[in-house]
Amino acid sequence: MAVDRFPVEAGHILMFARSIGDPNPIYADAEFAGNSEVGAIPAPPTFVQASAQFDDEYPLRPRIGRSWFGSGREPTGVKREPDANRGGGGGGMGRGLHAEQHYTYHRTPVAGDVLSATTFEGERWEKEGKRAGKLVFSETITEYRDANGELVVTARSVGVRTEKAVER
Amino acid sequence: MPLRKSELEPGQTFSAVLVEDLKRTQLVQYAGASGDYNPLHTDEIFATQVAGYPSVFAHGMLTMGMTGRLVTDLVGVGRLRSFGGRFTSQVFPGDDLTATASVDEIRHDNAVTIVALSLRTANQDGREVFTGYATARIDL
Repeated sequence: MAVDRFPVEAGHILMFARSIGDPNPIYADAEFAGNSEVGAIPAPPTFVQASAQFDDEYPLRPRIGRSWFGSGREPTGVKREPDANRGGGGGGMGRGLHAEQHYTYHRTPVAGDVLSATTFEGERWEKEGKRAGKLVFSETITEYRDANGELVVTARSVGVRTEKAVER
Repeated sequence: MPLRKSELEPGQTFSAVLVEDLKRTQLVQYAGASGDYNPLHTDEIFATQVAGYPSVFAHGMLTMGMTGRLVTDLVGVGRLRSFGGRFTSQVFPGDDLTATASVDEIRHDNAVTIVALSLRTANQDGREVFTGYATARIDL
């Protein structure tokens, strides 16, 4: 993932805060936020994840003219041959899960920031899971920088591809 | 008001109910805000018939985002140095989630006072769904 321009906007922060059920007025009221220690509407701690909105190639957003793997006339919108190695329908679809997420904050992003994001591939490893068969983990590191090129947030994400649906 | 060093000591714990009876609509709301439209989280037909799950389930990042609220309510927004963790079980519609933060230590990093917290979020059955940590700057 590379995002050239991730504008941190007050309206987006408000929607994000609502979605995580955080009623803190600092996310909704510019005057309240302006009088706070931060001095502007801050991004909630996990907000940088929403940079996906500004990633042209983000695979988990439907796009006009491209096939999408969610249900339509059929349970999966994508017609594909069953993959014996992966089991289940939809090939690799629906088998990718988020295993870990870590953030280091160099400063707090605020409304008005225009960030960019650069992602590096980290390590890969495998493990036999108790509830989901063979697990393949992969790590990515994303650096969020401001318009001056200063590092704002470093994110380390670990994704896991499971062999089958995770048992409860 | 954010907590101050004088009010904190290692071993203290703080808990908050993050959500009761989590609704599918909130998963839709989070998908829209975050931009993660993976149908596993919002499309019951895909989640059950294609992926083989009992129902749609929450984005791990929704659980982490909700857990972050406990942290910012305790230390204040804009004071975090780090926040992270692992998603250890899935969160399903109907779940009640409670997060607990425990004070591990209070240390000094140059002239700055830092609190280190352990975080644990569990569902109504006591099953852990997120385990992590946060560090934040605090006032004396």
